[in-house]
Amino acid sequence: MISKEEVKHIAKLARLELTEAEITKMQKDLSAILDYFNLLKKADTGQHPVLTKSQHWVFPESNNLRKDEAIPQKREVVEKIIQSAPDKKDDYIKVKNIL
Amino acid sequence: MELTELTIKQAHEGLKNKQFSSKELTLAYLENIKKTDKELNAFLTVTEDLAISQAEKVDEKIKKGEEINLLEGIPCAIKDAILVEGQKCTAASKILENYVAPYDATVVKKLKEQGAVILGKTNLDEFAMGGSGENSAFGPAKNPHDKTRVAGGSSSGSAASVAANEACFALGSDTGGSIRLPSSFCGVVGLKPTYGAVSRYGLIAFGSSLDQIGPITKNVEDAKIVFKAISGKDPLDATSVDLEKFKNYKNLKISNLRIGVPKEYFVKGIDKEVEKIIKNVIKKAEDAGAEIIEISLPSVEFALACYYIIAPSEASANLARFDGIKYGLSAPAENLLDVYLKSKGRGFGAEVKRRIMIGTYTLSSGYYDAYYKKAQEVRSLIKKDFKEAFVPPEAGSRCGGKKVDLIFCPVSPCPGIKIGEKTDDPLSMYLMDIYTVSVNLAGLPAISLPAGKAGSLPVGLQIIGNHFAESKILAIASELEKLLK
Repeated sequence: MISKEEVKHIAKLARLELTEAEITKMQKDLSAILDYFNLLKKADTGQHPVLTKSQHWVFPESNNLRKDEAIPQKREVVEKIIQSAPDKKDDYIKVKNIL
Repeated sequence: MELTELTIKQAHEGLKNKQFSSKELTLAYLENIKKTDKELNAFLTVTEDLAISQAEKVDEKIKKGEEINLLEGIPCAIKDAILVEGQKCTAASKILENYVAPYDATVVKKLKEQGAVILGKTNLDEFAMGGSGENSAFGPAKNPHDKTRVAGGSSSGSAASVAANEACFALGSDTGGSIRLPSSFCGVVGLKPTYGAVSRYGLIAFGSSLDQIGPITKNVEDAKIVFKAISGKDPLDATSVDLEKFKNYKNLKISNLRIGVPKEYFVKGIDKEVEKIIKNVIKKAEDAGAEIIEISLPSVEFALACYYIIAPSEASANLARFDGIKYGLSAPAENLLDVYLKSKGRGFGAEVKRRIMIGTYTLSSGYYDAYYKKAQEVRSLIKKDFKEAFVPPEAGSRCGGKKVDLIFCPVSPCPGIKIGEKTDDPLSMYLMDIYTVSVNLAGLPAISLPAGKAGSLPVGLQIIGNHFAESKILAIASELEKLLK
């Protein structure tokens, strides 16, 4: 059984506000689900050490990385994307104070 | 026969021979939606204006005597997690209730280029998380065969709309069974392609190492037509691959097929009726000349636990973007942290919150090794099980040992459940995915083919193939479809 404090801590990491009722239900549900995950302890993965990062892909050969660079977009697409931001000014998306 | 009962091929013939126009066909579907969808709730948005203008364009072409594509003028429905430019895309979530897609997903672009008519956006479990459709923030889609039951999820509206003749075909997405499960419950054909076969650009991401878009159709031939139309390499999805190099298995017949039946899939927990129906299909295939081979997939017993660590882990990262800043619901707050907390707290539903919590937990320091890393190791065991079961692609049609061409098993341990039956117990809901998730973990293609009925409720047979063996699956499913008629 995970504790209420753990639930609150995880919710904070996830930036998720939960009500008291949600925390109680989450504690019950997560405990049952995490218990079920214990099944994996039975799996013998000793012969198969963890794959390297690139091997996690289903098809390593299709692991096509592109350069990390900005790709120019049509003005109308840019406008639509800015338009969908809840708070904006000119071509900028406005963000609340962080301090 | 009603216009809305036609398959893609039949409707195409009708359009070509000018028996009816695309506009007439489109209006017939829109009429059906108006008549039945208030109760069924398969559609979240009906794009009537778009549909009619697309249909009129096709009719112009036909009038001028121009050739038309198979999909030209054919009305379809799109899961509301896939972007259609200028239309709302909600992912059935309050957090995206008023979000308008700024561009087309690659699959939608391809369908538009081939002239398909878009009728609307279909209901789903919020962010495609669920097996019943009940996690939609806008109410569940109902099962057309019994409206007290769920349509299955997460592509609930896509499967229900095709089953209820509200669309000729639909697109769904499948992260852990979300095309196959509702297709099984609604009695339609649903194909989950190989990971990489179809571009996911413009699909709202859930579990990026698992997500795949695919067709939901009235029959196998239609699934083949739609799959061909949407598949292929896309520079905008780095995981997509070129299918040209993969073999065509057109001449494959049941009579020279080796079918694997995993012994681990027919154990306690499976509904007696479902088991009977699936075993009956296997018997029919055997009578038609197929060799039935009992196989073992020893690691599939871990698949569900493995999936419910990996998918939520990826989801917890993917859904971090819904933060009240860039798009979607933004809760009023004093500082940035509160914007995040309150927007997510108010915008996401219970199941999405649960998955974000599971994923955040299994990725958090102190638990990463025991859960996420362990799950990735188990995932490689599951992949290995399937690899060892299938005839290697380079071996052609014959090779020694007990290797199989395809695997037959159920899609779901039970037929469509009652609305509300499992909503209080998330773990029992997850157990419905027991036969579908291993396919996504291994990146394999699989189809749900209507195999019979338990009372009034359809039951689907799952046919699993090796990577990029879609044409093999489709060829055999097509033959079986005729045997089961």
